[in-house]
Amino acid sequence: MDLLIFQVPILMVQASLDGILLGILFALIAYGMALQWGVMNIINIAQGDLVILGGYIAYFMYLSGIHPALGVIVAPVIMYFVGVGLYKLVINKVVDRDLFISILATFGISILFMQLMNFAFGADVVLANSEFGTTMLFNNSVTLPNSKLFSAIISIIFAIGLVVYMKKSKLGRAIRATAQNARAAKILGVDTEKVYAATFGINAALCGVAGALVAITFTIHPYMGLPYTIRSFMIVIIAGLGNLPGVAVSGMGLGVFEEFADYILGTEFRIGSVFLLLVLILVYRRFKLSKKREYLK
Amino acid sequence: MKNNNIILYAAILIFGVLAPFMLPAFKVQLSILCILIVLALTWNIQGGEMGYNSFGNILFYGLGMYICASVQVGMFFPLSEWTESGGEKTFVHSPTQFFQGMAFGLLAAAIIPTMVAGLIGYAILGLRGHYFAICTLGLGVAAGEISGGIEIIGAGQGFTTPPFPETGNLESRGQFFYFLSFLVLVLTFVAVKSVYSTRFKLVLNAIRDNEDKAEAMGIQTMKYKIIGWMISAFFCGLAGGIMGGLVGYIDSTDVAFDGREMGVFMVLMAILGGKGTLWGPVIGATLFHLFKEGFWTYFLGWQYVALGVLIVVIVIYFPEGLMGWLREKYPERFGEVVDEADRKAQVELK
Repeated sequence: MDLLIFQVPILMVQASLDGILLGILFALIAYGMALQWGVMNIINIAQGDLVILGGYIAYFMYLSGIHPALGVIVAPVIMYFVGVGLYKLVINKVVDRDLFISILATFGISILFMQLMNFAFGADVVLANSEFGTTMLFNNSVTLPNSKLFSAIISIIFAIGLVVYMKKSKLGRAIRATAQNARAAKILGVDTEKVYAATFGINAALCGVAGALVAITFTIHPYMGLPYTIRSFMIVIIAGLGNLPGVAVSGMGLGVFEEFADYILGTEFRIGSVFLLLVLILVYRRFKLSKKREYLK
Repeated sequence: MKNNNIILYAAILIFGVLAPFMLPAFKVQLSILCILIVLALTWNIQGGEMGYNSFGNILFYGLGMYICASVQVGMFFPLSEWTESGGEKTFVHSPTQFFQGMAFGLLAAAIIPTMVAGLIGYAILGLRGHYFAICTLGLGVAAGEISGGIEIIGAGQGFTTPPFPETGNLESRGQFFYFLSFLVLVLTFVAVKSVYSTRFKLVLNAIRDNEDKAEAMGIQTMKYKIIGWMISAFFCGLAGGIMGGLVGYIDSTDVAFDGREMGVFMVLMAILGGKGTLWGPVIGATLFHLFKEGFWTYFLGWQYVALGVLIVVIVIYFPEGLMGWLREKYPERFGEVVDEADRKAQVELK
């Protein structure tokens, strides 16, 4: 255990800052998951793999000499079509089925994507260097990579844009109507099949944006997907479905938790601590709910 | 009917005992098959009979593997020095030490995961549906990541299990591990079969069909769920312990807590054969193993692609599995009474 963080308090500022910026990115991915969970009642285990795929799009733009920051525009467009294609091929067959079937089917997709990316792009850890530089804060004791700031700002822009789109546009209204009651929406003339495809596409597009940002600020690797899925699942269950400010706050909270766990327990336990936190939160939630049931009795 | 069954069991038993002599080249494959069947059978206890789809039974398998190897080494030598020396052996187990260690190791590998299942069962099994599935998935991955950071069991560089004494004699090593895994398979099958013939199975099925109603009928569902999980954990741990010795090398995420392989395999095998049946997991595991070996040999590199496609196809098109399909086709064989007129009406409806 490394207790450096308690001896040098300025590191706490560093960890909190990193965590909040990271958390905003997580919240964007979680937003996509909440959207499709709410509308289609599907938990997409391949969420993280879509993120990584988006990251590779930015990475290839970087390799071919285009500035990777433009990936945040290109990746969602490509990923939208990947998402719609995935829906047409697989997801539309599991929408109305048992939840376990959708979990297992998306788990299969996740394994498939992981391996295809491994073949296509190689098993190296890569990053798209944006060359944004770093800003030093507090008398040079806290470093703030500008790419992280950039990623947080872009995430916020996309999240706000989507919220507005869901409120104002016709498709947004159709999506919200389907989420409330798919059958009633169908009766009133909403083409739910189209809505589902669009929802899955929008989710994939959000993952694409997030992926491009991950490639710029951190690193990507074909097998890194699952932790992103778990993080977004965790953020959604902490916040509750349909609670957007909650998603933002719990995303940031998770980011800060991770950075502190990284400093205190060591980097090798970082992913482990995320998964353990998931288990603890679910167990806590279970006891809270069972208490509620007892009152009812 | 009863007589036929006895003949069938006897035939399987005789084949099992003679298999390593008839197919000497496939001893390791056959041992792995036995382990796979055990895993599928144990998964089926929750996933099939109880309706609790766990992705986390790999936890008990991995625990069993680490515990068995640690006990085997720790009984005679300092554990930390063993793992530190890595491949270069400074300590050698004598045959007696090896077998003694294996026996105690397997005992611990069965008992400790059972206790773990009992301890965490109350907290975890209160979750329902997808929360349970994701929670157990998280549990398995967390165990893998955390064990990969613990120094005394080898951390990232892995843990070499004690080699079989009389190195060089591959013949007897293969036979030893084959008979061990076959024994565990027989034990598991007998245990599962006898459990399924009691009221216990009916309770599990009641929990699967409607848990709240079962509780309202006065069944202490939590107690039965925990017991079911403990039975699973017991045999999963045993299987893990043997597999550790068979592979000879334990790595936290690639061998022990290998959610991407074993963790998915056990779910897939049970579903392929038909969950909620006694023979389904056995048939599913056998078919899966044949398929897997074919793919792993001829399409090396593409195996995970094939696995991903296989999962999607099975889940979408054959969620009931082979036994479920047979049951729909020949309901009489499964002891269901079929009304001829009813069946005709259904055919016409289709």
